[in-house]
Amino acid sequence: MAEHNGTWWIWKVFWILLVITGVEVVLGIIKPEFLLTQVIGTSILNIVFILLTLVKAAYIVQIFMHVKYEKKAMKYALYLPSLILIPYLTFILLTEGSYLFS
Amino acid sequence: MSSNADLIQDTNHWGGGSRPLGARYGKLMMWFFLLSDALTFSGFLTAYGLMRFKYESTWPIAENVFTHFPGLEGDQPLLYVALMTFILIMSSVTMVLAVNAGEKMNRGAVTNWMLWTIVGGFIFVGSQAWEWYHFIIGDSGAVETARQEILHVYNAEGERLSFSQVVHGMEEGHASNHGETFTKAEVLSSMKGDASLYLKEPGKAGRAFTHAESVAFLEAGDVVQGANMIHNEYGRKQFANFFFFITGFHGFHVFSGVVINFVIFYNVLLGTYERRGHYRMVEKVGLYWHFVDLVWVFVFTFFYLV
Repeated sequence: MAEHNGTWWIWKVFWILLVITGVEVVLGIIKPEFLLTQVIGTSILNIVFILLTLVKAAYIVQIFMHVKYEKKAMKYALYLPSLILIPYLTFILLTEGSYLFS
Repeated sequence: MSSNADLIQDTNHWGGGSRPLGARYGKLMMWFFLLSDALTFSGFLTAYGLMRFKYESTWPIAENVFTHFPGLEGDQPLLYVALMTFILIMSSVTMVLAVNAGEKMNRGAVTNWMLWTIVGGFIFVGSQAWEWYHFIIGDSGAVETARQEILHVYNAEGERLSFSQVVHGMEEGHASNHGETFTKAEVLSSMKGDASLYLKEPGKAGRAFTHAESVAFLEAGDVVQGANMIHNEYGRKQFANFFFFITGFHGFHVFSGVVINFVIFYNVLLGTYERRGHYRMVEKVGLYWHFVDLVWVFVFTFFYLV
């Protein structure tokens, strides 16, 4: 790729992904007390896990899959359907799931 | 008369010229396939979420289910799956390195990095097979009531006991059944013989039952060991169903990715892309491989962490 020289940018993303996964595993094993407070139907810890996951996903898609360097039309074609449909589906199903017993 | 190619050149689609998305046909089709595949996986994972929200209080806790690490005894929650995640991230990195080398037309480096990617993929599929094996064989065993609800054995100290510990006693028994099978009669007579034993639902808010209720549950029900599509000693059978289905579907993607990577690797060896003048096939298969890694990032979070 024209924007990059060498392979340092690949290893940079590797270290970011590795450190985030490491943090997730450590948090998952020790489960710090102060992160177990319940907010919007789940614990702060779970929200932290989901945010870290989205950061990892963003690095994989943007850098490893090169989307960051694609044309704007291509970005819209890929991001709009996924960023609208997936959160929508998640919202609908999780909300319904909580009502299935009532 | 101008040819079709000229017509396409002259048309200004969406104000973006003749290549509005700036990507070639093959790459574009790979991307649209991946987009639809992403929605498929979202469907599976959100369906898992639906069941989990429905059975919130008794849903099995993953860190009590996947506790084994090769060569280590006792509880090692998350370590094995962390290792699997590391292997998959690493093979994604070697794939980017292969694509990067392809852009520089460096055939030797492409060969090298593709080979490492294939090795990483194989290790991952093998690790998943090992995890499935332990999940299917089971760990502590459980009581399945006549109404098909799963209950686990606990002692007065509130420790979860395996059938091995129930039948052979705390001194002789192992924390894991190690593949030994126990009959309903064996477990029932040991349960009756020790009034401190009781049954409890799995999950973070599972109810506990008295000793008398527990014995009655076992008398009317049966013992289950291991997990399959019908019985699941860890808890709700939907947990096992989703585990097999989602990690199986992902594992099948990894397996087909390894096969496709091998075909591309073989063509790199033959010099096909050198003659073609570009390594775009490596880039396309790379997108698929990164997608497999991307899905795993979500499976890891929603199956093992949250």
